[in-house]
Amino acid sequence: MSPTTLLAALLMLSAAAFYFGRQRAFAIAGKAGGTRHLHSRPTYYGLLTALWCGIPALLIFVLWLGFEDKIITNLVIADLPNAIRHLPENRLNLVVNDIKNLVTGNIVAAEVDATMQAGAAHYRSLQATSNAALAVVALSLGIVGAVVVRSRISRTLRARNLVEQVIKYILIACSCIAILTTIGIVLSVLYEALRFFKAIPITDFLFGLKWSPQMAIRADQVGSSGAFGAIPVFLGTLLISAIAMAVAVPVGLMSAIYLAEYANRRFRDVAKPLLEILAGIPTVVYGFFAAITVAPFIRNSGSVLGLEVSSESALAAGLVMGIMIIPFVSSLSDDVINAVPQALRDGAYSLGATRSEAIKQVVLPAALPGIVGSVLLAVSRAIGETMIVVMAAGLAANLTLNPFKTVTTVTVQIVTLLVGDQEFDSPKTLAAFALGLVLFIVTLFLNVIALKVVRKYREQYE
Amino acid sequence: MNKADLIRAEEKKTPKRTIDVVRAGLAKRYRAEGRFKLYGLGAIIISLLCLAILFISIVGKGYPAFQQTFIQLEVFFDPAVLGHENLSSANFPGLVKKTLRNMFPDVKGRSDKRALYQLVSTGAAFQLREMILKDPGLVGKTVSVWVPADDDVDMLMKGHFDRKMSESGGRLNNKQLAWIDALSRQGKIEKRFNTIFFTSGDSREPELAGIGGAASGTVLTLVVTLILSFPIGVAAAVYLEEFASKNRWTDLIEVNVNNLAAVPSIVFGLLGLGVFLNFFGLPRSAPLVGGLVLTLMTLPIIIIASRAALQSVPPSIREGALGVGASKMQMVMHHVLPLALPGMLTGTIIGMARALGETAPLLMIGMVAFIVDIPTGFTDPSTVLPVQIYLWADSPERAFVERTSAAIIVLLAFLIIMNAAAIILRKKFERRW
Repeated sequence: MSPTTLLAALLMLSAAAFYFGRQRAFAIAGKAGGTRHLHSRPTYYGLLTALWCGIPALLIFVLWLGFEDKIITNLVIADLPNAIRHLPENRLNLVVNDIKNLVTGNIVAAEVDATMQAGAAHYRSLQATSNAALAVVALSLGIVGAVVVRSRISRTLRARNLVEQVIKYILIACSCIAILTTIGIVLSVLYEALRFFKAIPITDFLFGLKWSPQMAIRADQVGSSGAFGAIPVFLGTLLISAIAMAVAVPVGLMSAIYLAEYANRRFRDVAKPLLEILAGIPTVVYGFFAAITVAPFIRNSGSVLGLEVSSESALAAGLVMGIMIIPFVSSLSDDVINAVPQALRDGAYSLGATRSEAIKQVVLPAALPGIVGSVLLAVSRAIGETMIVVMAAGLAANLTLNPFKTVTTVTVQIVTLLVGDQEFDSPKTLAAFALGLVLFIVTLFLNVIALKVVRKYREQYE
Repeated sequence: MNKADLIRAEEKKTPKRTIDVVRAGLAKRYRAEGRFKLYGLGAIIISLLCLAILFISIVGKGYPAFQQTFIQLEVFFDPAVLGHENLSSANFPGLVKKTLRNMFPDVKGRSDKRALYQLVSTGAAFQLREMILKDPGLVGKTVSVWVPADDDVDMLMKGHFDRKMSESGGRLNNKQLAWIDALSRQGKIEKRFNTIFFTSGDSREPELAGIGGAASGTVLTLVVTLILSFPIGVAAAVYLEEFASKNRWTDLIEVNVNNLAAVPSIVFGLLGLGVFLNFFGLPRSAPLVGGLVLTLMTLPIIIIASRAALQSVPPSIREGALGVGASKMQMVMHHVLPLALPGMLTGTIIGMARALGETAPLLMIGMVAFIVDIPTGFTDPSTVLPVQIYLWADSPERAFVERTSAAIIVLLAFLIIMNAAAIILRKKFERRW
C-alpha cells in the first residue's frame, strides 16, 4: 500500500470510528432513556473514538516515513559487496545515490552493473516490505484504539472533557511549531557551519579579504585557490543594501507622511493599495525587471555620460531593491505616524506652527523610535533579499564601494554554492551554510531590536 | 557698544511687534510648507511611476508570447516512411523535411536544405507522431497541418529582428527570409493563439516551452502548503490568543513567531535542505518538500493575521457563551472561531499569495531542475512558476525574454486574483462591533 493510499485509508478508518462511537453512545443513551442521561453529547463520544483511532496511527505513520529512508539505505549498504562498502564515504554516497536513482527510475550517473541492479532490487523489496509493515501496524493500531475506546463508552464517561483535553494538546503542539522551526534553522545551519569552521578557521572567514570558493580538485590546478575570506561578500551586501535604503527611506518616509498628514480620504484609499501592490510583486519579477530593463538603462546612460558601468552593477540591483522596499517603509511608518496622538499636533498648531513645522518638529521626533524600528526591519529585509541580487548582481567578489562595479552578496553566494549538484564534505558547499549562519544572526539581531523598539514605542502612546 | 546693545537701539528706533516678525516670515514659511507637501506627493508619484514602468515594461515584452507563429504544411503521410510495424519510432523528422522539400522544390544543396529545415520547429515531428498515433488511418493521406515555426522565424514575424541585420550575420539568412516571404504570400504562415505556452512543460526550444509543468508544480506545492499551514496556523493562534496563560513559554513562542515572519526566505531554504532533504531523506525537487518549506514560511503570517482576527471578536460574545454554560473549548469552537474565520481566511490568502511568489527557498531544495514532464504527484520532480521564470530569464535566446515576461504576466494575474479575493472577503465579512 503506498503511503498516500494508507493516509486516505487511515482517515476513512477514523471517520468510521467516529460513526461507531456515536452509534454506541446513542445505543447506551437509548437504554438509559435519552441522550440527556449521558455525561456528554453523543458527538463527543464519536470524536473521542475517532481521535484515539487516528492520532496514534498518524504519529506512527509520520515517524515511520521520516526514518524509513535512513534505515533502508543502511540495510542496503550493509548488503553491498565488501569492495563497495569499503570505499571512502563520498564515493559510497555516489553509489547509494545511483542506486536510489535506479529505484526511482531517474537518470543514473555511473554505468549500471549487476551489483547496483541487485542493490536497487534489494532497496525496492525492502521498501515494499516496509510499506506493507507500516500499513499493517498503522491500521491495526487504529482499529485497536477504536475498539478499546468504543468498549469503554458508558453513561459516565467524561467524553467531552477528554476530547477537549486532547484538542488542547493539539493546539499546544501546533503553537510549538514556531519554536521547532527556529531550532531547526539554528541546528541545520549551525551543524554544517561548524563543519566548515573545522576546515577553515573562523577568523579567516570573518576577516579574510579574498573570496573565491572554487576548491582545487588537483593540486596544480590554476585559478581555484579556495579562499574563503568573506569581507568582500559582506561589503557587497552592505553596498547594495545601502543603495536600496537610500532610495527606500526618503521616498517611503515622505509617502507615509503625505498619506498620513496631507492626503484626503479618497486619495489615501486609492494610493495606499497601489503602493501595497509594489510589496506584493514577487521578487523574481523585480529581478527580471532589474536585469532586463534597469541594468541596460543604467549602463547606457553611464556610457553617454562617459562612465564605465558594469552590466551587473550594484546600482541596478540596489535601485530595484529600493523600489521593492518603499511600501515596506511607508506602510510601517504610516502606522507609526498615525499612532502619534492628535493632541501633540493640536498643541503645535495652537502655537502657530504650519503643518510641515508641526510634522518636522513635533510628529517626527515623537514617531522617531517607531520609524527607526521600521527602517531596521527594512534593512534586514534588504540584506536577506535574494532573487533581485541573484538575477541582477554579479558573482565576482570585488572589494569595492563603487556602485558602478559588480559586487556580490551573501545571498547570491549561498544560491550559487548550493544550486546544482553538491557534495556535503567540501568546504565550498559548507561555506554556504556559514554564510547562512551569519545572515540569520544578523537579521535576527536587527529584527529583535526593531520589534522591541516598535513595541516599546506603541506602549508609550497607548 | 556690543552687539546686543546695537540690536536694542535698532528696536527702539522702529518699534516692532511680534506679529510683524511673524508676518514677515510667513511667506517663506508657507513656501516651505508647499515644498514639503510637494515632496510628499512627489514621493508617492515616484513610487507609482516605478510600478507603472514595471508593469508596462513587462506587459509590453510579454503579450506577444500569447501568440505564436505557425507554418502550414501539406503533409503526405507516406506509407513508405510509416510502413514499419512500430509506428511510434518511424522517421517523422524525415517526413517533415520531405514535406518542406516538396514545398520548395527548387532548393538544392546541403546547406540550403539545412537552412530550409530550420524554419520549422523540431516539435513538428512530435506533432505529426501524435497525430498518427491517435489516428493510424491517416497513413497514405495528405493532410494540411499547422506546425509551430522555429523561434527565430517567430521573432522575425513579431518584428523583433531587423531584416537588414540578417544580411550580415543575423540569425536568419537571405534565403530563409525569401522563403518566409513566399510562405506569407501564400498565407501559409501566420500568428495564432499560443496554446503550447499554457499546456506544455519546459523545453530547450523556446517555441515548444510552456508553463504547464511549472503551473501544475505550483498547484501541487500550494496544496501541500494550504493543507498544512491553515489548520496549524489557526490552531496556534487559537491557543496563543484564547488558552495560553501569560508566562515565559508563551512569550518565547510569541517572540519566535514575530521573528520568523522577518527571517529571510532563503534561510528557510537552508532549513529545508538541512532537515528535510539531508536528515529525513525526502526526495529532491518534490512539491511535498517545497510545500513543507513554504508552510514553515507562511505559518507566521497566518498566525499573526489569525490572532488579529481573534482579538477583534468582542469579549461579550465570549462571556455570553460562558454564561449559558459552554465550556471554554465550546465557547471558542462554536462562537469565537466562526466569527473570526473570515479574518483568518484573509490572512491565509495573503500568506498563500506570498508563497506563490516565493523563489529563493525552492532553489535550495532543488526545484530548479530542468523538468520536461508535467508532474502529477506530490513526490514527482517538478518546478514552480517563479522558478521557471528564473530559469527562463537566464536563457540567452531572444524568444525566452518574451516567454519569461508572459509567465510573469500569468503569475501576476494569479496574485492579483488572490489579493482581490482577500480584499473582497474582508469587505464582505468585515464587522464593526
